[in-house]
Amino acid sequence: MTRSTWPNRDKNEVTTLGDLGNPEKFNTPIALQNYSTTTLKARLEDMIRIRVVEEVIADMVRAGDVKCPAHLTIGQEATAVGIAANLRKTDRAFGCHRSHGHYLAMGGSVQGIMDEVLGKATGCSKGMGGSMHLFAQDIGFYGSVPIVAGTVPLAVGAGLAAKKDGKGDIGIAFFGDGACEEGVVHESLNMAATLDIPVLFVVENNLFSSHMDIHLRQPTDRVARFAEANHVESVTVDGNDLVAVIEESGRLIESMRRDPRPAFVEAITYRWRGHVGPNEDIDVGLRRSMDELKAWKGRDPVNRLALSMFERGDFTQSDLDAMTAAVRAEVEDARKKAYDAPWPEEKTLLEAVYA
Amino acid sequence: MHKSALSVKPSGTTPDAAPFKRVNYGVAICEAFEYLLENYPEVFIIGQGVWSPWYVGSTMTDLDKKFGKDRVIDSPVSEAATTGAAVGAGLCGYKPIVIHPRIDFMILACDAMVNQAAKWSHMLGGQAHPNVTIRGVVNRGGEQGAQHSQALHSWFAHIPGLRVVMPATARDARDLMIASVLCDDPVLYIDDRWLYDFEEDLPPAKPVDLRDIGPQYLHEGNDITIVGASYSSRLALDAAKTLAASGVQADVIDLRVLNPIDPTLVHESVKRTGRLLVVDGGWRTCGLGGEIIAGCAETLDPTVWKAKPQRITLPDAPAPTSRVLEDIYYPDEQTVLDAARAMLGGR
Repeated sequence: MTRSTWPNRDKNEVTTLGDLGNPEKFNTPIALQNYSTTTLKARLEDMIRIRVVEEVIADMVRAGDVKCPAHLTIGQEATAVGIAANLRKTDRAFGCHRSHGHYLAMGGSVQGIMDEVLGKATGCSKGMGGSMHLFAQDIGFYGSVPIVAGTVPLAVGAGLAAKKDGKGDIGIAFFGDGACEEGVVHESLNMAATLDIPVLFVVENNLFSSHMDIHLRQPTDRVARFAEANHVESVTVDGNDLVAVIEESGRLIESMRRDPRPAFVEAITYRWRGHVGPNEDIDVGLRRSMDELKAWKGRDPVNRLALSMFERGDFTQSDLDAMTAAVRAEVEDARKKAYDAPWPEEKTLLEAVYA
Repeated sequence: MHKSALSVKPSGTTPDAAPFKRVNYGVAICEAFEYLLENYPEVFIIGQGVWSPWYVGSTMTDLDKKFGKDRVIDSPVSEAATTGAAVGAGLCGYKPIVIHPRIDFMILACDAMVNQAAKWSHMLGGQAHPNVTIRGVVNRGGEQGAQHSQALHSWFAHIPGLRVVMPATARDARDLMIASVLCDDPVLYIDDRWLYDFEEDLPPAKPVDLRDIGPQYLHEGNDITIVGASYSSRLALDAAKTLAASGVQADVIDLRVLNPIDPTLVHESVKRTGRLLVVDGGWRTCGLGGEIIAGCAETLDPTVWKAKPQRITLPDAPAPTSRVLEDIYYPDEQTVLDAARAMLGGR
């Protein structure tokens, strides 16, 4: 006989994340291990690019120029960049509603996303998708959609296709802690495990789904338990520690390429803005307070990496300032060009319904 | 089981004069799978019960033994994940076929079909095409009740981007499957187990372009137009033959492709006959029958009509289990005859 015990029923208190869920912890510089400054600078620049692009998009939303729903990932940049560091162009990644970071981390064009959020014909989805439907298949970003968990089984299928191709490529599903409450995630984990499909499930657990704190939606806060229940190898990692994300996901991905099977990365993080739009939305979130947001900003993935590099001594504040200024100039240039870019022709309304 | 001889003649011989082969509708589906698996390495099948005749009858016999269990995958009980995975593989160069042995269970896969497969081309600017075929089997009667019996074609034909096909004949059972799988768009292929035993002489299989296929005549005449799809085309054909014996000549149009629909043939026919009777295997409200009638009503001159257009549908109620109720629930040839004769003034 096998029995389980009654769980603790105090939903506000049950945490299995431990210190990872406490913003007062993990807010110091990170371990850079033996990563070269060249590599780290490139990844830092990737993170800064995501942040600056989104700050600019936030301005464009406030100005009323971007009307499509824009779900910003500011504060979560290290997960996208850390995972992408281990991917190759022939992998097949699928995003969600909050995927600017995934697209950009994998090498998606800044001009492409700027044009897209304005609905211009030159956008990465030809102006037909907006912020929530990004596309860059040539670099392995197969598409993003806002239906929660909608792309999770698609990534499983992409992994199955990769397995059939036999070249060691993998499927990747980027989603959030809210999506873990959708039944199809369970189906996808079970099927991927049963059929040995090389798909990496990447959950950015930012502790909120829209306005709802995870403790109001799940009996406990660590979502890797869903992987464990389906015999899928998993790791729960500090999602704001770039090097930890690269190392932990890299270990799994390398293994999946050699021996096709699924794996699951849970990256603990926090979004600085609200569910959608440019504001911090303190008043919208249940249990979301200014104190909590301030505390989480202490775990800033960009700042922690930069401080670590300062400490090592081959990267300085002025290097960082110059890098940020260069990225900002690049993004501002793209913004300007996006406003001048052409709108889709009327005929495109009916053109691409079928192949 | 309703059965009738077929009036559709094979359309000519193939260039190499290969012999025609007599197969039934169920076996014709299986022959399509064999042809596709044999000739297209990117084709694979995933779904529940595909290693078992218990679920899919004669339509998939021994495919797993011939082509391997990697290409014919019997899946976990996960309609949403299997269909979503097929959409994903279809975006990666494969031509997957998902099998839902009862279309009722396919409802659990609606997100993958409606939100994903149907939308990806348009919402990503024509850059992504989920090349996926979803087969839903209609399995009515036999006191199976409300959740083992539905005909949901009108739901899905409402969705831009999702092609919907419904074969009525053995030839189309095979050729529409081939066309669906070779088409770059997502296609819902709906077959009906009530048709599985109908036989036909088929020429050898060859590639078919779905864009070339539209409604076809199953029977020709100038007195009334009877429109159907899948099993309801069969009822229309049976009725047309009976009417012919009493001197009434009916056009029977088998729609075959419900979305995107080409109404031209129906409009041409009704212009000639002045009478339109649609036989729809689904429910009445917001259904296929209403769509066909509306298309004619807004297209044809009012002087065309010799009788009010009519539709035969299921009653707007879930399928019952009790046999006495089931008997009155499903339209049969007599239902079609009665409606047609009323429109013809009792002829």
